[in-house]
Amino acid sequence: MGSSSEKPQLIIDGKRIDGRAFDELRPIEMEVGVLKNADGSAIVAFGNTRVLAAVYGPREVMPKHVALADRAVIRCRYRMLSFSAEERKSPAPSRREIELSKVIREALEPAIMSELFPRTTIDIFIEVLNADGGTRTTGITAAALALADAGVPMRDLVAGVAVGKVDGKLVLDINKVEDMYGEADMPVAAMPSLGRITLLQLNGVLTHEEFVEALALALKGIRKIYELQKEALRKKYVTTEEA
Amino acid sequence: MSITPEQPVIPKLKYNAILNVLAKGQHIDKRPLNTYRSISIKTNVVPNAEGSALVSIGSTQVLAGVKLDVGQPYADTPNEGVLIVNAEFLPAASPTFEPGPPDENAIELARVIDRSLREPKVVALDKLAIVPGKKVWIVWVDIYVMDHDGNLLDASMLAAMAALASARIPRVVSVDPNTGDVMIDRETREDRLPINKYVCTVTVAKIGSYLVVDPNLEEEAVASARLAISVAEDGSIVGMQKMGMGYFTEDEVKKAVGLAIGVAPSLIAAIKSAVQP
Repeated sequence: MGSSSEKPQLIIDGKRIDGRAFDELRPIEMEVGVLKNADGSAIVAFGNTRVLAAVYGPREVMPKHVALADRAVIRCRYRMLSFSAEERKSPAPSRREIELSKVIREALEPAIMSELFPRTTIDIFIEVLNADGGTRTTGITAAALALADAGVPMRDLVAGVAVGKVDGKLVLDINKVEDMYGEADMPVAAMPSLGRITLLQLNGVLTHEEFVEALALALKGIRKIYELQKEALRKKYVTTEEA
Repeated sequence: MSITPEQPVIPKLKYNAILNVLAKGQHIDKRPLNTYRSISIKTNVVPNAEGSALVSIGSTQVLAGVKLDVGQPYADTPNEGVLIVNAEFLPAASPTFEPGPPDENAIELARVIDRSLREPKVVALDKLAIVPGKKVWIVWVDIYVMDHDGNLLDASMLAAMAALASARIPRVVSVDPNTGDVMIDRETREDRLPINKYVCTVTVAKIGSYLVVDPNLEEEAVASARLAISVAEDGSIVGMQKMGMGYFTEDEVKKAVGLAIGVAPSLIAAIKSAVQP
């Protein structure tokens, strides 16, 4: 939005605008335990998209009336820092951020064993540091790491990625330009070991066949991201042991 | 912040009773699993709105209205009209709805509908420029949930679509050649709002391991997750949103999409017959 430039050619000689193959993820970086105060934290980068997630809890709920008798409440806030995108984002919560906070919470709920901590809260803060497409799925990937880092019991990690349709082709892990000028953007998150899809949105137009193919492509990417998540967690604790 | 909502307490006995009925291939109100409750769509129910529709699905009632204003286009689409969708869950509609600004559920519903209308270009916004680059029609779609008995999203989409398709554009009286100011006459409505294609939204609820369309409120309360699938009249998928605290397997997602594509034509036919001139 805001820019009035013409749509660039998104596929050139069978490669994408940044040189990737159709089913290729951007370079991914993950670091666990990046904050001192939070019970768990992680920074995840997919190319130029960089997102911080912090987890506090299980801890006492304030205000008390929000507490649930049979489980922990999950509170989740997704937010874009004001300088994280091309145009300055007003710090006031946008409708988009309110919706994304909800769908991200619902993507993480099935993984968290909240029934073990009645009358408490688990707070998840997702801060987009730099946005270049796929911020919600990067945020979910980071939040799952932060939850694991906080020692919150989980059924599985949650990993996410967006599949897009650009110039008629289905491509994995779309960046901002592909999102802006593409025909479809489909963010997916799943618990890979259990085969459970916990977030699925489609913004755009796909045929039935394309949708089935896009979903399979997303799940393939998610399995790769999952391996990187496990590696990132292992790395933190292995270095701690050696030190 | 988005907070885990308080879940209604459902006695195990009732939950099992619902599953037993679903196992027989029926909703708790006896209709087959892949059918809707009775749908009624009445258009032009609000004379002052340029377009309006009152939709009921069973006891769920949603009123949608379209107002047209003259305004400025977005910088990146100088020759196109502007579409804005809002939704409000009226406190009259449910003992659990409270007055105040739209909560995350109302915002999510409005945004899912907005995307499902925008992406397939349901409204021909390119035909809504009055003074290209300067003055265009702003299409306000406002959705009010009046009575909540489940499946608000599907009902809201039917209402939004019917209100848009039955809307008529006020007459443009004059355009000042110097300032570009536009005078309109709201009393005289002329052409219909240009519509490229019709879409509907089918929400599939997962209850136990059953996938059902059009859950009523009681069924929704025991559904672990819902998948809203927007389908255009050509059978393409134009939007999707997983909602709720549960999950779907890949197979379940594919089955849900199949269900949605199967029932969508009957919903689109219902809208079309309601907006016949």
